[in-house]
Amino acid sequence: MTEASNEKLVYERPHALLPVVTNYCPGCPHGIVIRLVTEVLDELGVEGKTIGVAPVGCAVMSYDFFACDMIEAAHGRAPAVATGVKRALPDSVVFAYQGDGDLASIGMAETVHAATRGENVTVIFINNAIYGMTGGQMAPTSLPNQVTQTSPYGRDVNTAGYPIRVAELLSNLDGVAYIERVTVDKPANVRKAKKAIKKAFQTQIEGRGYSMVEVVSTCPTNWGMTPQEAFGWMNENMLPYYPLGVYKDVVADGYENAAEAARARAAACPIANPQVED
Amino acid sequence: MTEKVLMKGNEALAEAALRAGCRFFFGYPITPQTEVAAYMSKRLPQVGGTYLQAESEVAAINMVYGASAAGARVMTSSSSPGISLKSEGISYMAGSDLPGVIINIQRGGPGLGGIQPSQSDYWQATRATGHGDFQIFVFAPSTVQEMADCAYEAFDIADKYRIPVMILGDGLLGQMMEPVCLPEARDMESLPAKPWATMGHKHEREHNVVNSLYLTADKLESLNIERYERYDVIKANEQRCEEYLVDDADFVVVAFGASARVARSAVNAAREQGIKVGLLRPITLWPFPEAAINKACEHAKAFLAVEMNMGQMVDDVRLVVNGRVPVEFYGRTGGVIPTPAEVLGKIVEMTEREGE
Repeated sequence: MTEASNEKLVYERPHALLPVVTNYCPGCPHGIVIRLVTEVLDELGVEGKTIGVAPVGCAVMSYDFFACDMIEAAHGRAPAVATGVKRALPDSVVFAYQGDGDLASIGMAETVHAATRGENVTVIFINNAIYGMTGGQMAPTSLPNQVTQTSPYGRDVNTAGYPIRVAELLSNLDGVAYIERVTVDKPANVRKAKKAIKKAFQTQIEGRGYSMVEVVSTCPTNWGMTPQEAFGWMNENMLPYYPLGVYKDVVADGYENAAEAARARAAACPIANPQVED
Repeated sequence: MTEKVLMKGNEALAEAALRAGCRFFFGYPITPQTEVAAYMSKRLPQVGGTYLQAESEVAAINMVYGASAAGARVMTSSSSPGISLKSEGISYMAGSDLPGVIINIQRGGPGLGGIQPSQSDYWQATRATGHGDFQIFVFAPSTVQEMADCAYEAFDIADKYRIPVMILGDGLLGQMMEPVCLPEARDMESLPAKPWATMGHKHEREHNVVNSLYLTADKLESLNIERYERYDVIKANEQRCEEYLVDDADFVVVAFGASARVARSAVNAAREQGIKVGLLRPITLWPFPEAAINKACEHAKAFLAVEMNMGQMVDDVRLVVNGRVPVEFYGRTGGVIPTPAEVLGKIVEMTEREGE
């Protein structure tokens, strides 16, 4: 840059984000989260060894947005696909980018088992309490009394059951190293979300175990609200049900990784803690 | 050639897969394929590979999908009900042009069925392994030696044509012991390069995408047509069939896998009675050995399909014969294995009906 120039570069498109127009609706937070993931891939310098998995849902075509190698997966199967990739290429960085129907309904078995195996992968989980791509049906994370296309009288917990709090559920599993729930409704929260996403990828790169960031999000189109109204509804209704915060961080708890934390938790179980002879 | 060893079919298959360069196995327990998984869980760690027991057949095939996308030689094994669960993933593999090897040690069906040997997944393997326009390559071994040979070759076929390959065995072939000469272990450095694989682009190329989603109808149609052109190459080059006493045969029995073993005994017994009968034994079920059937059709007065099901492969025989001569069927199902005497009786009955 010449001295005469008054221009100062304050931001540019991340290298890991391809210069394409996304297919997301106006006001959809997906774009923010995808940008954060790509910024993190840039900052960690890992785009060239990263493989992303995009399963069915609104993120299904994100293989056109991410510049790293990408795999499209069947509905719910991203954790299994990510497992196959990571086992074949243990030095690579592998992430899955999943929505609530994908992760917590049809893919719950794959989700729970990838987490309990301690698969050293990162999951970015977008929880907007609705099936977006198919037009606004009730999701496993839809709130009690929430009106959707398939709960037109509101989600009746007596017949449809209760929403699943994914971060809380998975944080109880021994293979998990790091889980945080964030949102992206305002700049301060976007910065926090990015920090969490970066920490999740670092957790994987350092080989500490399964990492997941749950992003409480919105769906203005299917909620039938403006983007601002949607964030308002999210703050009022979703955040009390899905509180933000760190749900598991084995490093903060004083352990090297998920495996060490798991051994400590099972300290009284002889078979889980065989005595090593000197 | 290595020395002969006595092995179970399932174990010979697993060892041959290892020697073909398979280093990843994802499976879920089910009878009667148990020995394949057990053998892999013992051997793979010894050769620096990965054995992983998945949470379900659905997860297992998707792990295969991921490892294959990442460029690995990878395999899963199951039995009939488990293959139904894998069918979604097999369709995605076919749609994404991913190689991979799927073992089906068949048992009787439908539903939970039984655990005795069966061939009732012929249609599933050759017609409807999953949704959409696609085929998979299907081997049908008939001996323990062939269980090993087919497993060894399956990985090369899968990589060469970027197609899922199934080995359609059954509980009889999987559980029986026979002498087998195992193939030489492949040099892992000699395995084919996979420039399409998603292994991380290292900033040396554009990003690779493994995908089966095409929302533009024209694009999806053209990709399907391209894939079918590849299928035509496979049909032209890869039909395998054993011909046994077919050259002078007036009657031709067609049987694959375990039922071909029974049919061969029946053919021998019929020959002792002076009946000019031969055996065509398809080793590939897709591509179906049309050339061998057509050749036999030049002199055969009738065909008899012998299967351990209610009559499935017989459809393919009829499609090739196309009404030129009668095509009859004999089968037992539900895990019942036909006896040579039953098949001989059917051959004799057919010769009497069709005349000399």
